[in-house]
Amino acid sequence: MPQIELNGAPHALPDGANLRELVAALGLDGQALALAVNRSVVPRERWAATFLSPHDKVDVVRAIGGG
Amino acid sequence: MNDMHEDRPRADRLIIAGKQYNSRLLVGSGKYRDLDQTREATDASGAEIITVAIRRVNIGQDPHAPNLLDVVPPSTYTILPNTAGCYTAQDAVYTLQLARELLNGHKLVKLEVLGDEKTLFPNMPETLRAAETLVRDGFDVMVYCSDDPIQAKMLEDIGCVAVMPLASLIGSGMGILNPWNLSLIIEQAKVPVLVDAGVGTASDAALAMELGCDGVLMNSAIALARDPVRMARAMRLAVEAGREAYLAGRMARRFAASPSSPMAGRV
Repeated sequence: MPQIELNGAPHALPDGANLRELVAALGLDGQALALAVNRSVVPRERWAATFLSPHDKVDVVRAIGGG
Repeated sequence: MNDMHEDRPRADRLIIAGKQYNSRLLVGSGKYRDLDQTREATDASGAEIITVAIRRVNIGQDPHAPNLLDVVPPSTYTILPNTAGCYTAQDAVYTLQLARELLNGHKLVKLEVLGDEKTLFPNMPETLRAAETLVRDGFDVMVYCSDDPIQAKMLEDIGCVAVMPLASLIGSGMGILNPWNLSLIIEQAKVPVLVDAGVGTASDAALAMELGCDGVLMNSAIALARDPVRMARAMRLAVEAGREAYLAGRMARRFAASPSSPMAGRV
């Protein structure tokens, strides 16, 4: 089963998945998030048009408390 | 809650990257007991600018757990994403690119590039490198730095919108260890100077403002106090008191006594 790296851990690559589908599959729809693929930030409006390939490294981030 | 926006005389507002603020106290959002305390303390501080960290989402965690931006919303506060935990310019730049997307194009950011885990002292060569890249990419950069006036000037020349020298180590609460260096930086700077790191209690904040700082950024001093909400109030007062004292112009120090009551007419 092909895999991507999601937030540093292996994750099964859903068939033909784009970023919007990935976010939905993770139960993160509607959350304040930013995404990057291979350290390149992908704006929200391009999620649906950004398709993942095996071995892609995806970062999904949010804001948390910090100094 | 709304009295934190009571208007100051236009002449004394804090101006950063062309935007005016009433409060000269900036706060972090870390180290609180929970989000409720974060909200209460932030509210009590009167701060309008609040730093946040950018971190990977915990996949599989409850997606309905409350989010920091729900309690300190970007609609009410100026959110200042930081690069806490970054040890290279590359990581800091990447983090802030993510932050800009997260905050819908918001470009005011706090840059910090650390040198080692024990001291959290800034790695100045990497900080300069990151600042250059970020300024070129259109960010308004407020930069955590050493209290070295040469480095501070370099950061200003690169185009940073504010320089933020440490008073002492992050989270140490040691207060202002080198007021002389801070004064040198304040004297030469043409951008706002804010003390960032090391404030421990109210007098530290007041002293920073008396020295002529434009503002103070703190996190641990409030969050780690026994009563954070009370300390947040204290800090709000301290920053205001220090600022007023600075604008009032203190009396000269003299190594001699000078009575306050007249000598004539004593019985």
